[in-house]
Order: sequence, then C-alpha cells, then structure tokens
Amino acid sequence: MSSSAIARSSIESEWTLPSRGRVGMFTLIAAESAIFTIFVVAYIFYIGKSVSGPMPKGVLELPIFITVCLLSSSLTIHLAVRALRSAKVGAFGLWWFVTMTLGAIFLAGTGREWHRFIFEDGLTISTNLFGTTYYSLVGLHAFHVTVGLMAIALVLILTLLGKVKPEHSERLDVFSMYWHFVDVVWVVVFTVVYVIGR
Amino acid sequence: MASETIALNEFGDRGRSISERLHDWVITVDHKRLGILYILFSLVFLVIGGIEATIMRIQLIVPHNHFVSPQVFNRMFTMHGTTMIFFVAMPILFGFGTYLIPLMIGARDMAFPRLNALSFWLTAFGGLLLYFSFIGGNGLYGAGNAPDVGWFAYAPLTSRAFSPGHSTDFWTLALLVSGIGSMGTAVNFIATILCMRCPGMTLGKMPLLAWMNLVVGGMVILVVSPLTAAQIMLLLDRYLGGHFFDTQAGGSAVLWMHFFWIFGHPEVYVLIIPCFAFASEIIPVFSRKPIFGYPVMVAATIAIGFVSMSVWAHHMFTVGMSSYGNTFFTITTMIVGIPTGIKIFNWIGTMWGGKIQFKAPMLFCIAFLFQFLIAGLTGIMLSAAPFNWQLSASYFVVAHFHYVIVGGILFTIFGAFYYWFPKMSGRMYNETLAKWHFWLFVIGFHLTFDFMHIPGILGMPRRIYTYEPGRGWEIWNLIVTVGVFFQIAAVLVFVVNLLLSLWKGEPAGNDPWDAWTLEWSTTSPPPDYNFAAIPVVGSRRPLWDLKHPEDPDWKYE
Repeated sequence: MSSSAIARSSIESEWTLPSRGRVGMFTLIAAESAIFTIFVVAYIFYIGKSVSGPMPKGVLELPIFITVCLLSSSLTIHLAVRALRSAKVGAFGLWWFVTMTLGAIFLAGTGREWHRFIFEDGLTISTNLFGTTYYSLVGLHAFHVTVGLMAIALVLILTLLGKVKPEHSERLDVFSMYWHFVDVVWVVVFTVVYVIGR
Repeated sequence: MASETIALNEFGDRGRSISERLHDWVITVDHKRLGILYILFSLVFLVIGGIEATIMRIQLIVPHNHFVSPQVFNRMFTMHGTTMIFFVAMPILFGFGTYLIPLMIGARDMAFPRLNALSFWLTAFGGLLLYFSFIGGNGLYGAGNAPDVGWFAYAPLTSRAFSPGHSTDFWTLALLVSGIGSMGTAVNFIATILCMRCPGMTLGKMPLLAWMNLVVGGMVILVVSPLTAAQIMLLLDRYLGGHFFDTQAGGSAVLWMHFFWIFGHPEVYVLIIPCFAFASEIIPVFSRKPIFGYPVMVAATIAIGFVSMSVWAHHMFTVGMSSYGNTFFTITTMIVGIPTGIKIFNWIGTMWGGKIQFKAPMLFCIAFLFQFLIAGLTGIMLSAAPFNWQLSASYFVVAHFHYVIVGGILFTIFGAFYYWFPKMSGRMYNETLAKWHFWLFVIGFHLTFDFMHIPGILGMPRRIYTYEPGRGWEIWNLIVTVGVFFQIAAVLVFVVNLLLSLWKGEPAGNDPWDAWTLEWSTTSPPPDYNFAAIPVVGSRRPLWDLKHPEDPDWKYE
C-alpha cells in the first residue's frame, strides 16, 4: 500500500501464515470425522435392534493384537518423519517399512475376522442389522487404512528409488496426520463395536 | 499497487483454434476460469430446473388438468428440488467464491488449484449423472425414468421394493459424487482464506465475503459429510441388502430423516451466507459508506453457523417427537432469527445516511432485504411446533422456502452477477435491460410466492399433481402460475443482456463502481496471475486508502 514504504516492508517481513497443507489436512480430517460420526451414531442407535442372529455377543472377540499393531504404527510413523527431518534417510526407510507392515497386519487381521464371520458364523452385511452396521463401520475404517497403506507403499517405493529427501519431511508430516487420525478412529470403533456393543 | 500488468498474457488466445481454446478450458486449474465454469454450469441447470418448475405450475393452473401425468409430476418436483439445490445454488455460489476469494485476499490462486478443478468436474459429473437418469433410469425393469422420491427421498420410498430400476441410484450417486466435490471446494476455501492472504490482511481486515465463505466452508465440511455418509448407507441398502432404513428388519426410516435434515437444514445457511456476503460487499459500495458493524457481522455469521447446526428436526415436528425435542428445536430455530436480524439491521445501518445509487446490483440487494425479512418471519411462524403441525407439508411451507431461496438467495445472486460481471468479462452490462430484468422479476416473484401462502393456509398440500375444484384454491393457483411467466420473461431479459453485453458492451475499466476491495485494483478481466505485484494492505478498504491518501482508513482501524 502506498501508506508508507516503511510500513510496507515491515508488514511483509513479519507476515507469516499457517501452512496450507496442514490446514487442508485438518479440514479433511474434520470432514472425515463427520462421516464417521454418522456411522458411529447409526451403530449405537442399532445396538440390540437386530431381529435375528447372529448377535455381537456370540461372534465378536476382542482384536487386541491388531489393535496394538495399528496403534504402535502411529509411533513408528512419527519416528520415521523425525528421522527424515534430521536427514537420516536410512532410518526413515526402516521406520516407514515397519509402519507399513504394522498397517498390513491390521488389515490382514480384519480380513481374517471377516472371513470367520462370513464362512463360520454366517454373518454378512445383509444378515441382520448387526451385520449391516458392523461391516459398514469397520469396513469404512478398513477402507481408510487401505488408502493410507497405498500412500505409504507409494512413498516406500519412492524411498527405495532414492527420491525421498529431507525437504519432503513437511509433506510426510502432513500425511502422518491422516495416519494418526485413522488410529484415533480405530480407538472409537473399538470402543463402540467391541466394548459397548458387545 | 498492482494496477500495472505484464503484457505477456495479452490474449495469447489470438490465432488459436476453437478446439485449442476449449481444451484450455477443460484442463484449466485457474480459479477464475473454474469460477466461470461453475457459474455457466449452474446457469444451464437454472434454466433446466426452471423448465421443470414451469411444467409443474402449468399442471396446477386449473383443477383436474391433464398437462402431465402424476408420474411425470413426481419426477418433476424431485428433479426440480435436487437440481436447484445441488446443481444451481451450490455450484453458482462456489463459482463466485472460487472466482472472488483469491482476488479479494490478494492471492494468485487458490491453495490447491488441482483440487479446485477436481471439485468442479466432480460437481459437473454429478449433474450429468442425475440427468442421465432420464435415459438410464429404466433399468431392465421398465420401471420409470428419473428419480421420483422427492428431494429428501424419505425411506422406505427409496428401498428396492418401492423404487425398482435405477432412477433412485442415479439420484443417490449424483449427490454422493457432487458431495465429494463440495467437500473439496470447502477444504480449498478454508485453506485459501487462512493461508493465502496477502501481507497486512489480518483476519480482522479481510473483506466480509472472505469471512462468510470461511464460515460456509466450515459448514460444508460438517454438514455435507453426513449427507455423504447417509448416501453410502442408502447405497449399501439398495445394492448389498443392508438394513439401515429397512423397518422390517428393525431398521429405522426416521434415522434417514435425521441424517438428511442434519444436512438439509444447515444447507439453507450454506446457501444464504454467501448471499449475505454479496450483500455485504454490494450495499456499502452503492451506499458510499463502509459496512456498518463489521465485527458484529462476523460474529453474527459465526453465530448463525453454530446455531443452524442444531435446528434440523424442525423439519420433523409432524413425525412425532417428545415434547422436549419439540421445545428444543422450536427454541433453537427461533434463536437463529437473532443474528440474522442483527445482519439486516447492519445492512440498513450501512444504507442509513448514505448516498445510495440505485444501480441494478443495489436494487437486487434492497429487494433481498425486504423479501428475506418476510421469509424470516414466516420461518419464525413455522418454527412454532403447534403452528407447524397445522401447516407442515402445505403450500405455505413451499411459499416460505421459495421466499428464502428465490427472494433471498436468487435475488442476491443476480445482484452479484451484475456487480462482478464487468470484472469477469471486462465489459459493462446494459443498465436499462438490467432494470427491466429487476422489475419483471420482482413482479413475477411476488405474484408467484406471495399468493402461494394462501392456498397453503387453505389446506392445499405440497406435491399433489392436481386438485378438486370448489376448495377456494383455483384463483390462487392461477395467480401463482401467471407470476411464473413474468419470471420467465425476466430471465430471458437477463440472458439477452448477458449475451448482448458480452458481445458489444462498453469496456468496463478496472474499477467501474469506485469500489474498495482488491479485485478492483487489477484489470478486467484479471490476468492469469491476478496481481503483478502481491498487494500489501493496511485496512479493510485498501482501494480507499489508495484513492484517498490524505484520509486513509488504516488511521482509524
């Protein structure tokens, strides 16, 4: 502004704004939270409303191991990004690989649970309300894990090709926010499905 | 500031073939082009939605009319509502936001230009998907094209048993796809407004349009997502045999109502707040005064955003809720009137003592003030549960929300169109034709929607395809339909004005209105990069400071 040249340069030098990546990711997480909220509300609303079996009490087992895997992947992704920030690309690759493995174990565990439900307990999405709400809520979460794993795998490939540099740590930090979010959602899903709903 | 531009952009279009230019529009990530695409897309759908409304009104002009069959009538009201909300009002407002936000905050583009393009094309694809139902909706069943479940698609009408064929699938997929597009736009709005402001533009110095679109972005994030979730559930029910809304298996039809209206009511505010933003930009410029009560305007907008999230079940008084539920939703609905009233007070305060110029944009905004006030008053009437039991789902409700959507939203959109048309096209519109448009539309609007209240009070339900003579409804329906033809004439004048002005309007110059926000500091139309040098601002009216260095605003703010 022509107000004065001094004011202009002092405004410009002090001018800092939030990172758009972070703000964008926070906003996306808010939107995803709203979607999950609706599914969680539907799940809670329909607890005990199924008119035929199988019922949650008969089939659900606490998935402790895969929960531990998924939650600890939040720690490993944090360690990975921290390693990259201090330019240790090797350590980054290792932690990143561990993160992917833990996420994949979680997904495989969910898959095993679904396999057991479908082929042993005869519970599908159309069997009863429990099936409908269970598969849609857990499935929505598993879908988010899958999307995250695809992104992680892509970054891992780029790391192996030597394209990931310390200057990318900011972007991966933004991505790790998504992964933490997926973990937090699992805590909610676990509580609602396996603790309250059983 | 950035009045100088670099000549390299000076219409590189010359000598290029039409297909090359079209290709540029398809692959563009420029917020200005995407904004214009949004607006043109919406105008096309406005005409389509208008034709559907006209078909309904012709059918209802006299009792026992046989202009269309009941089945076609059902499709018309479903498509009219869905089109007007999702493919006219939302995209046109997103279009103005996409076009104006970066220019008004002194940025060169949105925060995520490619996401911006993705959002537009998702919305456009959603619109095409909805209208493809006319061709593909029959499925293998010969079960009727185009969705006919009403725009809020209550269960169990949407279940396989009652909606065979694919028409309802097209409806739900169109809303799912365009909903994802809306979420992308909202992410972009928020990130742009928070992270891309030019130096000196603190939150307290942002134009109100940016503030209000920030609130709208937050609301879209929180209310369109539930709709998306509900559409996923409906798809699971229809395709995989889920039981969410299947009452025979213990599911609940009322749950769909809650999920839909958690979206549906705040959606009204998602649509009206950008229109408040237009009014807040246009009224000060044509009153030659700064906006009255800027901080209060911001606070009122945020208050509306919050309160409007907790009013949804006022759409469901007749469904049957506990007396506590009824009381809660009556009170919250009435509370929304307070911040809205504050806004109307502030706009009048802005005009008070100003040198008002009655140009077309200002005329539309003044009409908006009166009409929106009346719409708000009938809203307060309907928010009282006992009154609502009497008049819910009658033409009184139809008249009320068209007063909001046409009298409030569409009027300000027309105002915004005339106000920013010189900036977008570089040419002035024809003021005489614009006044014809205004007066014809005012007459048509009031003939249609003032008189529509009366058959509602006399007991005429909405969504009936015909009615018996002798109930005292005939004369009112006749007047209502006559008003439609005035509105059609007005829109024709609007389209003629648009084309004529594009073709040979007078050059507009950078700043035809002697306005104060940053978009008027660059050329019309702005160059690709918006500003040659990123501006630095010291007040809410940077161009005032520039034009009046002896008495700049920043001394007082």
